[in-house]
Amino acid sequence: MNVLGYLIPIALFLGLLGLAAFLWALKSGQFDDLDGAAHRILFDDDESPE
Amino acid sequence: MAEVTLARRDAFDLPEDSWRGFSDPSAYIRVRADGTAELDLVVENLHCPGCIPKIEGAVKRLPGVLHARVNLSTKRLHLHWRPDAVEPSALLGAVAGQGFRLAPYDPGALASSGADDTKALLRALAVAGFAAGNVMLLSVSVWSGLVSDMGPATRDLFHWVSALIALPAVAFAGQPFFRSALTALRGHRLNMDVPISLAVILASGMSLVETLASGDYVYFDAAVMLLFFLLIGRYLDLRTRGQARSAAENLMLLRAQGASVLTADGERRALPIAEIGPGMRVLVAAGERVPVDGRIARGRSDLDTSLVTGESVPRAAAPGTEIFAGTLNLTSLLEVEVTAVGEGTLLAEIVRLMEAAEQCRARYVRLADRMARIYAPAVHILAAVSFLGWLAFGGLGWQEALLIAVAVLIVTCPCALGLAVPAVQVAAVGRLLRGGVLVKSADGLERLAQVDTVIFDKTGTLTQGWPEPTNLTEIAVADQRLAASMAAASRHPLSRALCRTVGPVGIPETEVREEPGLGLAMILDGREVRLGNREWCGVPTSQSSAVESELWLAVPGRAPVRFAFRDAPRADAARTVAWLKDRGLAVELLSGDREPAAREIARALGIDRWAGERRPADKIARLEVLAADGHKVLMVGDGLNDAPALAAAFASASPAEAADISQTAADFVIQGDGLSPLAEAMRVGVASRRLILQNFALALGYNAIAVPLAMAGLVTPLIAALAMSASSIAVTLNALRLSLARREARL
Repeated sequence: MNVLGYLIPIALFLGLLGLAAFLWALKSGQFDDLDGAAHRILFDDDESPE
Repeated sequence: MAEVTLARRDAFDLPEDSWRGFSDPSAYIRVRADGTAELDLVVENLHCPGCIPKIEGAVKRLPGVLHARVNLSTKRLHLHWRPDAVEPSALLGAVAGQGFRLAPYDPGALASSGADDTKALLRALAVAGFAAGNVMLLSVSVWSGLVSDMGPATRDLFHWVSALIALPAVAFAGQPFFRSALTALRGHRLNMDVPISLAVILASGMSLVETLASGDYVYFDAAVMLLFFLLIGRYLDLRTRGQARSAAENLMLLRAQGASVLTADGERRALPIAEIGPGMRVLVAAGERVPVDGRIARGRSDLDTSLVTGESVPRAAAPGTEIFAGTLNLTSLLEVEVTAVGEGTLLAEIVRLMEAAEQCRARYVRLADRMARIYAPAVHILAAVSFLGWLAFGGLGWQEALLIAVAVLIVTCPCALGLAVPAVQVAAVGRLLRGGVLVKSADGLERLAQVDTVIFDKTGTLTQGWPEPTNLTEIAVADQRLAASMAAASRHPLSRALCRTVGPVGIPETEVREEPGLGLAMILDGREVRLGNREWCGVPTSQSSAVESELWLAVPGRAPVRFAFRDAPRADAARTVAWLKDRGLAVELLSGDREPAAREIARALGIDRWAGERRPADKIARLEVLAADGHKVLMVGDGLNDAPALAAAFASASPAEAADISQTAADFVIQGDGLSPLAEAMRVGVASRRLILQNFALALGYNAIAVPLAMAGLVTPLIAALAMSASSIAVTLNALRLSLARREARL
C-alpha cells in the first residue's frame, strides 16, 4: 500500500495542472468569444488580396 | 469611355468626413502609459464569421497598428495602436470603408458585469469539476474497499484526502449558490438555492464529523458532484441570457452618439446629443439617420420613414417638413432646426412605451421557477421530518439522524431539475440557430409554445421592405434601358430598384442631374429627358393610383411612360400564413402603412383580419384587447413603430433586417429573407415545452423512488451518487433528443 503514498500526490498534481491550465486560458481571454474562435481556425493568416 | 459625373450627393458644401460610418471617436481613446492608444468600438452590422478577417485585415494593413481583434459573440472591436504612426480616423475609415458602421464606447462605463459573472461561474465549474473527478476516484476505491479488504487506516486516509479536496472546493465553487440563498433568506423568501446550499454545507460538515470519528460513510463526493452538475446548468442558462444582454447593450451604445451642428458663424462642429438643444441647426448627410426631431430649414431630399411609420414609399422632404429621429435621409444633405432632443423625441417616446410594455411581460413566471416554488419548501419539510422522526421515534442519536436528513437533502436536490430546463433550452437554441432563428430570450420558447394568435406587421415583415417594378412587361425595352441608365446615378430606392431589375445598362454619355425630392434630368440629343415623380415630368395628377409608388420617364415629344412599383410580399409569406392557420392559430395584420396598401397585402396572403394606419399606441391597444380576452399573442414586426408592440406581446419575433430596437425587444430574430423559420420556431417551441415537462416528470419520478428510501435511512453515499448521476444523465439525454430529432420537411 506504500505505493499510494506517491500515487495519490501525483494524481492530484496532474489534476491541478489541468485545472491551472484551464484557469490560465480563461484569464487570458480564450473563452471571451466562443463563436468567433470556432471560425478563426478557418482563416488564412497571410493576407490574401481581395 | 465617356466621362460621367454622378449626381452630386449634396445640395451645398459637404465635407468628405460626414460620409463615414462612424462618429468622432476622440473622446473614447485611452492612452496607455507607454504612449500607445486603445479604443473599443461596437460594430453595428457584424453578422457573419467572414466579417472577422475583413475588419481585422483592413486595420492590420495600416502602419502602427499593434493589435486589432473582433469579438464575434459581442460584435465589438478592440484596437491598439501607436498614435504617432496612424490617425484614429484612418483606422476607423478603413473599417467603415468595408461597409461597417462603428460606434466607439467606453468599456469602463459599460457595467458589463455579465462577462465577469460568466467567468466566475466557469472558474467555479472548473474547480468543482476537478474536485468531483478526484473525490470520486477516492470514493470508488472506498466503496469497493467496503466489500473487499481495505483496512480502516487506508479508508481514513482516503476520507481525509477527500476532505482536503472537497472542503476548499465547496467553499469556492459553492459561492454562487450561497450568495443567492442568503439574498433570498434576507428577503424572507425561499428559492431553489436554499436547499442546495443547505445540502452542500450539511453534507460537507457531517462528513467532516464522520471522518474525525473514522466512520464508514462520508458524502464529500455527493457534495462536489451536486455543485458540478448544478453549475453546468447554471452556466448554460447564463450563456443563453448573456447573448441577449450584449445585444441590448450594443443597441444602447449605438443610439445616436452625436450630430454635426452648424454654429452661428457657419462652422460645423460635432456635438454629443446631450449638448444639443432646441433651436440649433443640425446637418444630416445623405445615408445618415436623423438624430433629433425637428423641422427642415434648408435642403430637399427623400426620407425613408419605414422604420418610424411602417410606410414603404419614401417621402419627399422640403423646407418646413417635420422630421423625426430615426428617419433615414436618402438623397441629399439636409439642415434641420431642432425642435426636440433626447427624452422629447418620438424615438424616446417609443422607448418609453416599450419599457412600460416590458414590465407587463416580466410578470410571466418561468416554468422552472413555478416548479421551484413548490419544490423548495417540500424538500425542507421532508428533510426536517426525517431528522425529527428518527430522533424522536427511531431511537437514533442526533448525528445519525442528521446523516439521514442529509441523505434526503442530497437525493432530492434538484440536479435533474437544475439541468432539465437549461439543457432543453441549449438544445432548442442550437437547433433553431441552424434553422435560421436567433433566440433572444430563453423563456421566449416557453411562451411561444402557448401562442394562439399571430399578428404581423406589413412593411419589411410580410413584405420584403423594398419596392419592385411591377409593369416592366408593358414598357418598351429601350425605355427601360434609358430609365435604368439614368437611375444608376441616384441613391433613391425606386431608382435602385429599377437598376436592379433591368440589369446592367450602359452609362449615359452626359451628366445626370438630380433634383432632390423630384427626380433626375439628362440632356439627350439636345433635349432634356426627365425621370422622376409626376410633378417633375409634368404629368397631370388626375391619373392617380393609391397603392403603388411610381416613377415617370418623360422624353420630349412623347407621352410620358409610367413605371409602377410595389413592395412585394415575401416569397414564403402566403405559405407561412397558411401553415399558421392550419394549426388553428388566428392571424391578423396590423400595419402603420395606409389602409389600401394593408388591404391589398391582407387579400393577397389570405389574412381575414387587418387594419392600416395603426400608430404604436394603437397596436398596443389591440394587443391589450386580445390579452384581456385570454389570447396569447405572437407579434411579428420589424419597424421602430412595432417595437412597443413587440415588447408588449406575449411573445415576439422580428426579421434580421429590422430596426435594432425592434430586434432588442423581440424574443426571436429570423435570419434570411423568408418567414418560414417562424414555423420551425413554433415547432421547436412546442417540442421543448413538452421535453421540459417530460424532464420534470422524470426528475419527480426519480424522487418518488429515492426519497422514501432516503427517509428510511437506506441510502448510502454510493446509492446517492448513482441515483444523482443517473437522473442527471437521463434528463440531459432526453433534452438532446431535441437536436437529434430529424428536422421536419420545410413547409
